[in-house]
Amino acid sequence: MPFSGADILLDSANLARLAEGLIVTVRVAAVSIVFAFVLGMLIGVIALSRGKLVQIPYQIFLQSIRIVPQLVWLFLFFFGFAKWLGWNWNGETTGIVVFSIWGTAEMADIVRASIGSLPVHQTQSAAALGLSRSQIYLFVLIPQAVRRLLPVSINLATRIIKTTPLLVLITVVEVLKVGQQLIEVNILTNSLAAFWVYGLIFVIYFLICFPVALLSRKLEARWSVQ
Amino acid sequence: MRNLFKFVAIVAAVFGFAGASTFVNAADAQDSIAAIKARGHLKIAVFSDKPPFGFVDKDGKNQGYDVYFARRFAKELLGDESKIEFTLTEPANRVDLLESGRVDIVLANFTVTPERSKRVDFAKPYFKTAIGVVSNDQTPINKVEDLQGKKLIVIRGTTADVYFSKIKGIDLVKYDQISDAFQALRDGRGVGLAQDTTLVLAWANENKGFSVGVGDIGDVEPIAPAVRKGNTELRDWINDTLAKLGKENFAHKAFDATLKPYYGNIKPEDIIVEGGVF
Repeated sequence: MPFSGADILLDSANLARLAEGLIVTVRVAAVSIVFAFVLGMLIGVIALSRGKLVQIPYQIFLQSIRIVPQLVWLFLFFFGFAKWLGWNWNGETTGIVVFSIWGTAEMADIVRASIGSLPVHQTQSAAALGLSRSQIYLFVLIPQAVRRLLPVSINLATRIIKTTPLLVLITVVEVLKVGQQLIEVNILTNSLAAFWVYGLIFVIYFLICFPVALLSRKLEARWSVQ
Repeated sequence: MRNLFKFVAIVAAVFGFAGASTFVNAADAQDSIAAIKARGHLKIAVFSDKPPFGFVDKDGKNQGYDVYFARRFAKELLGDESKIEFTLTEPANRVDLLESGRVDIVLANFTVTPERSKRVDFAKPYFKTAIGVVSNDQTPINKVEDLQGKKLIVIRGTTADVYFSKIKGIDLVKYDQISDAFQALRDGRGVGLAQDTTLVLAWANENKGFSVGVGDIGDVEPIAPAVRKGNTELRDWINDTLAKLGKENFAHKAFDATLKPYYGNIKPEDIIVEGGVF
């Protein structure tokens, strides 16, 4: 009976609940990624400045976000803030805030590294042509940097998507948790529930992440230097 | 992952200490009975993937023995069993949900232990359990000594995790999710899985080829509703309500409605506690 138990996936109520969970997953990931990319670009450009006034706060921000696991930040924002400050953000909002901050830090460093790795003569030549500082960034440095940061930032986006199951510990019911609920409630009648439900979730994650990867490959090909 | 959780624990401890000593506890007074009545609904944390205690049924509704009590509490306090906001919980965050004032009551198969009693206030019990080990019939585990030198699956943060961490010579394989842990047992990642007796009994009842060889490890422990530390008003109200419900054999009704399909013909008094009398 190779397909025994697959009927768990044919039940419309089960699929509707999985879809609800999927919407939560995508909503948190998408909003966080947008915030991360926009704020990350801004902070990344600012971080190119060598001044101590920029570098010290930037490094503290970047390193603290990077060193501390996302789960700790989620607990801190969800339980800690509620306890000490009375901020009762719901789980989803907390998730978006934490993932946005995390993504922003990672993205800022990607942007800083991408622009910083461009040869100095690009800036110098542009300056020699009489371009202003903002023109140099807008027309010379950022277009070249975008090509370099594309693969890494796509990787960051998929990492954010794949980190969303942590949200279950701050009471958010995302697609993976719905899957586990379905498995447990069907265990009496369907011993292969886990296989089918996890199988479907595997396909769902693939369907979210693969188009992102595909887009990046297309853009890379388009922007590559002939 | 093990290190990560240690880290979470350390950070939580540091901030918890700082919180206790310097910050005003913002969670205070949001869960007094007057505040709950003014709010109009009870906030209760239950499991969502732990049948028959707390789970989500086909229609997406919360069900189970814990949920049965939760609805009755809402009816007793607010006159309507639907005036309730369920929060999904995991074994690892039940204490935090109370401490942060996210919920008024935790009704999530919460075993009373001295460690937990330092951080939350338990009401009188409505259920009881010991630790049991469910194992594959091919490699039965009939006493704790059978586990020497073998891999045992536990769920992080549970009573069984704490108990077996103190015994030398057993290789613990830890999981965060109940469903993952049982899947691991099916996949043969350990010779047995240690959890509350009630849960492993129910699971073995449903899964052919597995049985509970030993079900009375450790002390028989009470399972009780928990409230935020210091909320004696709500705790006393729960105790009075449990005593009142005992007169109408409410726990037996809850057993018939929620537990019987899972355990079959066992004596209800082996696992339930009527009227809060342990």
